[in-house]
Amino acid sequence: MRTPLSTLHTEAGARFIDFAGWEMPVHYGSQLEEHHAVRNQVGCFDVSHMAVVDFDRPSGERLLRRLLVCDVARLGTGHAVYTLMLNERGGIVDDLIAYRRKNGYRLVINAGTTQKDLDWIARHAGELGATGVLHRSDLCIIAVQGPEAIEMIATLLDLRDLRQLESFKFVEHDSYFISRTGYTGEDGVEIICPSESARTLWTGLNSNGVQPVGLGARDSLRLEAGLNLYGHDMNDDTNPFECRVAWTLDFEDVNRDFIGRPIIERVRDEGTTAKLVGLKLTERGIPREGFTVRTSAGTGVVTSGTFSPTLKQGIALARVPAAASGSCHVEIRQQAIPAKITRLPFIRKKT
Amino acid sequence: MPDFPSDLRYARTHEWVRVEGTRATVGISDYAQTQLGDVVYVEMPEIGTNVEFEAEVAVVESVKAASDIYAPVTGQIVDTNDELDNAPEIVNADPYGDGWFLIIEMTGDELSNDLLTADAYEVFCQEEDE
Repeated sequence: MRTPLSTLHTEAGARFIDFAGWEMPVHYGSQLEEHHAVRNQVGCFDVSHMAVVDFDRPSGERLLRRLLVCDVARLGTGHAVYTLMLNERGGIVDDLIAYRRKNGYRLVINAGTTQKDLDWIARHAGELGATGVLHRSDLCIIAVQGPEAIEMIATLLDLRDLRQLESFKFVEHDSYFISRTGYTGEDGVEIICPSESARTLWTGLNSNGVQPVGLGARDSLRLEAGLNLYGHDMNDDTNPFECRVAWTLDFEDVNRDFIGRPIIERVRDEGTTAKLVGLKLTERGIPREGFTVRTSAGTGVVTSGTFSPTLKQGIALARVPAAASGSCHVEIRQQAIPAKITRLPFIRKKT
Repeated sequence: MPDFPSDLRYARTHEWVRVEGTRATVGISDYAQTQLGDVVYVEMPEIGTNVEFEAEVAVVESVKAASDIYAPVTGQIVDTNDELDNAPEIVNADPYGDGWFLIIEMTGDELSNDLLTADAYEVFCQEEDE
């Protein structure tokens, strides 16, 4: 599959990779330059491979209060929230952003899990008799991220109010659905719109010198920001407490029976044996997914790792025994490379 | 399009070799650096190390993956490119020039027939892309 912006990427010299059946740009020349552009100025990403699913109210509300770990009934219009869907075992079906619109809800889910999620949603919609769920495969998503992102979009879309838009809020303006969210640790927006508007916006960004950014830099940016990637740092068999995302769980309404709740309450009370941590290599090397981590409390595994272009050292997320802390080693090509368990995020936004 | 200088010989593992007298300079091809993406480290062998034809001699880490570099000739390492320590991006910018990896003092004076000419290597790369 290709996104409606694919020919524009080819013209811009993109190299493509397969991502969950989508042919997506991995970089447009240099992943490192794209990474630095987002940290220091602004970059734009075509993330139209991610899926948008719309829900009518009120039956959608009943469904989402069961499917999501957050309570969407407590979400104000114009607000967004990072949340999870769990299975009955307390494992993570997907992580996503949920938006409360005037007449319904919108979810943006991962590309790699789209079909699994749609099946999961449909199954529970059937059980609850919920209708009005619509997969919006007609929509594109463009992320514009970096310290200059807000100014760029405010000018380009003639939307002065954007500067006042708070983090995790969104506005709908002409055909653009603009939310102050992202996956880079920088300020910026994610914009959902029909493909024709997306082409106009993308072309406008390019002619204003905004660096297009591929999935390569998207990965190193999110890792520096300490953000999980579904299917790597968390999956159907890991619970939120093992993945640093337990803060998303909303237990407030004792009568709200979200899927996974009984088990996850037990996990909360009993604790877990594993945790997800940040690692910084103190010597040269790049930790990659699957590499073994040796800590004083036992063995762990790198769930995703990269060379941090900002810190110029190897960084990783790793699942290690809950008691692990301090110094450890990562096994890289039969060598034990020293590393430190580190506070996340690796990089904090300049303010 | 990647560049394939005609005065070099190439290994199927994407090293190039330039022979001057008994010394062979070794690097990775333009095609290889494009495939790897931005190079972030090169792990070099110690000077003085003896290497066999097709044995692992260095490791190049790019943003994408770690890749072994194999010796295209048998001999002894007499020099490695220290510049790459501080500026590994030279491998991407100038793979056949300042981005060289190491120099081997050859024990024999014949290059293996397994090393490809530029034309043959270009065809080999096109086939890898398909």
